[in-house]
Amino acid sequence: MPDAVAPAAVTPASTSGGAAAPMKTSKFRVPGEGNSATISVVTVVVLIVLWALVTNLGWVKPLFLPKPQAVFQQFVEYLTGAANDKPLWQHFVASMFRVFLAFALACVTAIPIGIAMGMSRVVRGIFDPPLEFYRPLPPLAYLPLIIIWFGIDELPKVLLIFLSCFAPLALAARAGMRSASQEQINAAYSMGASYWQVIRHVILPSALPDILIGMRIAIGFGWTTLVAAEMVAANVGLGQMVLNASNFLRTDIVIMGIVVIGVVAYMFDLLMRWVERRLVPWKGRM
Amino acid sequence: MPTLDIRDLTVNYAVKGGTLQALAPVKLTMRDGDFVVALGASGCGKTTLLNCIAGFLPPSTGQILLDGRPIVGPGADRGVVFQKHALMPWLNVRDNVALGLRLNGVDKAARDRIAQDKLGLVGLEKYAERAVYELSGGMQQRVGIARALASDPAVLLMDEPMGALDAFTRESVQEILLHAWAQSNKMVFFITHSVEEALFLATRLIVMSPSPGRISHVYDDVRFSRQFLEHGDARKVKSEPEFIRMREEVLAIIHHREVAHA
Repeated sequence: MPDAVAPAAVTPASTSGGAAAPMKTSKFRVPGEGNSATISVVTVVVLIVLWALVTNLGWVKPLFLPKPQAVFQQFVEYLTGAANDKPLWQHFVASMFRVFLAFALACVTAIPIGIAMGMSRVVRGIFDPPLEFYRPLPPLAYLPLIIIWFGIDELPKVLLIFLSCFAPLALAARAGMRSASQEQINAAYSMGASYWQVIRHVILPSALPDILIGMRIAIGFGWTTLVAAEMVAANVGLGQMVLNASNFLRTDIVIMGIVVIGVVAYMFDLLMRWVERRLVPWKGRM
Repeated sequence: MPTLDIRDLTVNYAVKGGTLQALAPVKLTMRDGDFVVALGASGCGKTTLLNCIAGFLPPSTGQILLDGRPIVGPGADRGVVFQKHALMPWLNVRDNVALGLRLNGVDKAARDRIAQDKLGLVGLEKYAERAVYELSGGMQQRVGIARALASDPAVLLMDEPMGALDAFTRESVQEILLHAWAQSNKMVFFITHSVEEALFLATRLIVMSPSPGRISHVYDDVRFSRQFLEHGDARKVKSEPEFIRMREEVLAIIHHREVAHA
């Protein structure tokens, strides 16, 4: 860097923004720094162009990979209700309802249980074995049991998604309870805090970043379980739409459904990241 | 008039294959306005002693009485300033200082007023709305001091509060601390391993030595902090022949001990 330290930079120059050109600034380098948004957009565009190219030039048969325009056409037909199926919004609403109901139920149960597991050895002792046992099981493995026990209504579908959200949330909340430093806890005690006040004013706020990360991971598991859940005698839902289309080898509809699920999940993750920036701006800074 | 009475306090830790005597019987009495500085190398038990006074660590034998009542746990009558500030990053500067008052049910208007007042004592009244992670290390430590003062404790316990600060910030925070102490006239128990800092701040200096941790020397009536408060010139105090003589004397004690135990 030739002129990193220009003479003007060492004078106590005005920070009040004179008419001069903006001052050159310095900063430390970190591996992986910088904005990657442009590169991401370029990547997506290149992938779509490649897809269009190989399909329109006839290098790949439409059965294996349909043209982007065919997929888009299905999207439009489903949107307008011209398709030989329920309109897209009905599938969309049904799936949203299942995923977000299951996610909300998981949040109101798993977070308190995770917190209790962090606070109490009794609760930890009770919940640790079942949680760690079922957590690595693929939902498809216990899907038959869920059907036998709970039938084929909405309940088993929501339950399956709920279970996949529950474990990561509980574990994140439990781990978050260890985030407060001993000094912070001692400081609160030495200001006269009771046990419950320490939990409320120190432990819980410091667990919030971990809980938010847990929520992001959990909703991701929820989306991945959606199709499995809608294998259970569903007649509406994005997962059901994809499954049904695959039975008829309609890969254009399959891909359209996948893209819709992916985009919705990504939007929700962006929302969660925004919430994170608003709620815990101090994360990693103390 | 509050007094702190440490009676034959010992602390033993369980270690692999036996017990480690961290503190041999310690006797110490403090009164209002005492600024007691504990000086010593690592492992001499000074932090253990502070943790006992704070109530974080129960004594193995002996007891600590505050105004005649034995200490059984942490409480708002003993404010603690930690080596690492231990502030709550989700609260702004004022809410950090006011946290103790909030925990004790003081209403918002009153606790904000007190917090603002204590921030004034440490020269941070303009930073009340700021996030604590935006402040420099010295400012964070001053917030920690203001926070400990906010609950109006009888004793202020400070565990190497300047340890993480650079030499210049250290000197200015020392001066701020002495002014705050002079205004509140509280008992202070202060840990450091800087001889100069110890002499500058203390009204009573206790030198501690290791294995087992104990008080080996006591200097009652150290006058340098009072001198500083009279004329406000820290350099003048620290360059006085008497200050330098004592500094060398205390250093000799510490080094002698360390050599003897090496």
